[in-house]
Amino acid sequence: MRLRTLVWKELFERKNQVATGFLAILLGITVIVAIKNTSFYSEKAVARELDALGANVLILPKSVTLDDYYKADMQAEEIPEEYVTRLAASDIQGIDNLSPKLSVPVSVRDRQFTLTGILPKNEFQAKAAWKGAGVFSRPQGCGVVANVPGLTPSAPQETLVRKRVIETLERNQVLVGADAASFLRLEEGDELPVLGKTFSVTAILPETGTVDDSRIFAHLHAVQELAGKGPVVNAIEIVGCCNEISKGLTANINKLLPEARVVTIRQVVDTQIKTNGMMSRLSMVFLAIIVLVGGASIANYMYANVFERRREIGTLMALGSGSGLVLKLFLLKALLIGVGGGIGGYLVGTVLAVILGPRLAGVPVLPMPTLLLWAMGISVAITLAASYFPARRAARLDPSTTLQET
Amino acid sequence: MLKLEAVNKSYNHSREPVTALHDVTLEVPQGDFLSIVGPSGSGKSTLLLILGGMLSPSGGRVLLDDRPIYSLTPDERARVRRENIGFVFQTFNLVPYLSALENVQIPLFLDGADEAVQKEKASALLERVGLAERMDHKPSELSVGQQQRVALARMLANDPRIILADEPTGNLDPAMTREIVQFLVEMNREGRTIVMVTHTPEAAKSAKRTLRLEEGVVYE
Repeated sequence: MRLRTLVWKELFERKNQVATGFLAILLGITVIVAIKNTSFYSEKAVARELDALGANVLILPKSVTLDDYYKADMQAEEIPEEYVTRLAASDIQGIDNLSPKLSVPVSVRDRQFTLTGILPKNEFQAKAAWKGAGVFSRPQGCGVVANVPGLTPSAPQETLVRKRVIETLERNQVLVGADAASFLRLEEGDELPVLGKTFSVTAILPETGTVDDSRIFAHLHAVQELAGKGPVVNAIEIVGCCNEISKGLTANINKLLPEARVVTIRQVVDTQIKTNGMMSRLSMVFLAIIVLVGGASIANYMYANVFERRREIGTLMALGSGSGLVLKLFLLKALLIGVGGGIGGYLVGTVLAVILGPRLAGVPVLPMPTLLLWAMGISVAITLAASYFPARRAARLDPSTTLQET
Repeated sequence: MLKLEAVNKSYNHSREPVTALHDVTLEVPQGDFLSIVGPSGSGKSTLLLILGGMLSPSGGRVLLDDRPIYSLTPDERARVRRENIGFVFQTFNLVPYLSALENVQIPLFLDGADEAVQKEKASALLERVGLAERMDHKPSELSVGQQQRVALARMLANDPRIILADEPTGNLDPAMTREIVQFLVEMNREGRTIVMVTHTPEAAKSAKRTLRLEEGVVYE
């Protein structure tokens, strides 16, 4: 016989009494696993939708206001393109995407359009790598949806519209907004002469209902050259992690670029922070309820169990058991209940999340194995903490009193 | 071997002081078989618990091999019990969810014996008390007499030098009483020291000497 034999046999001897405490823990862990699993996928889905709203931080020339930028984004003042290199090579936390822009008015077939120069991501990634470090040397995806199982990733041609970033763009290529393409009757592969240079149409952008629909996007350096401007841009759009923004991302950029104006688009940031905050608060509320209800239920059961086993504890002590063994007897039992409750709660909670998640939150939900460790940790911590004082009471029982009781 | 020197035990009951033992001095030499008789409430069980290191006296000393046992910590006294003393109770005090074999294994488990050794010794002891066919039975599946025989086997598991028996025949019929008493006599012949509290005259007669306890005072 071993200690675990004693614990295991006693658990099954009084299984109806154990059931109450075990169910409280199991249900609690089930609920919190289901919420955490669903909210993880729900947050990602919300972030993906919010991602379409575009950048949440803008870097503008000092005298340019946000209104000026929204009206035309072709203000006379410019900032050096070198700022992009500084940002890309910096160790500032929380930058997901950078998008420098230079916009100039152009006339194509007697109609005015905006030619916007953009820098493809591979170029400033190369700049960052060339400098040896930088924001893109770290894992990204904190503020936007990276590849999440169950969610369809964006089509490559949509990334400019959704994330304000395009991976690659040659100097003789353009992307054309939906309205501009419709007016100019352009299709992919067509040629388009702009400011005396002929570009190849790489893609027609999907309709966004914004000023982007009448834009023509070309490589930043090609636009700078055609417009006769040096290495300058009108603005740098940044998609930053909302949590990092609230922790001082803007201040860090200000410190890095003191000559520029850094503007946070609060609506986008606030919505993301609010959504994420609501989910995490909901989880915390449930966690608190589970700790209280589950803990109280286990403590109540353990106190009753110690009371019921007074004579048995007295007998063990008479036979030579020390108080340490009695303490272990009850704590091992709590550990088994905790492990069982954690595994059971994870399994039931995951099944519930996978089945009910799509109906309640409208998002596909997949099992998250990392939640198993989390569920077991919480469950074991609750059962051990709730059982400690009953176990200590058992270890301190006076054997002579328990043996003299009739 | 076991000595009580001017031992007193008093406690409060409903705020009234009660004296359970009054100035008890007693010597139990190695190989003795001592029975203690007396009316209910005279302090017999209290005396036995004090001898077993389970209840601290209010005054006086209890010595085992000339060492005062109440100067030890509770866990050290538990070790002394494990190595030297076997208890037999009137109500047997078997663990209800364990089989007869597992109940007998308890003292061996507490002593840190290997599982195979536990089983081997426990089986041999159950065979000795005539319960070879009932090893896997739980206490509730055994008769009263069989339960007391399991308790006797459990008491012998650690091969104790001293046996403290608290009314071991109190719940048994005359035939079973004779059997248990005979068993204790046999244990005494093997050289073990026995202190037995009893109400049964037949059991008391089988002891080498008898003490009478009345209102906490010992009479030879």
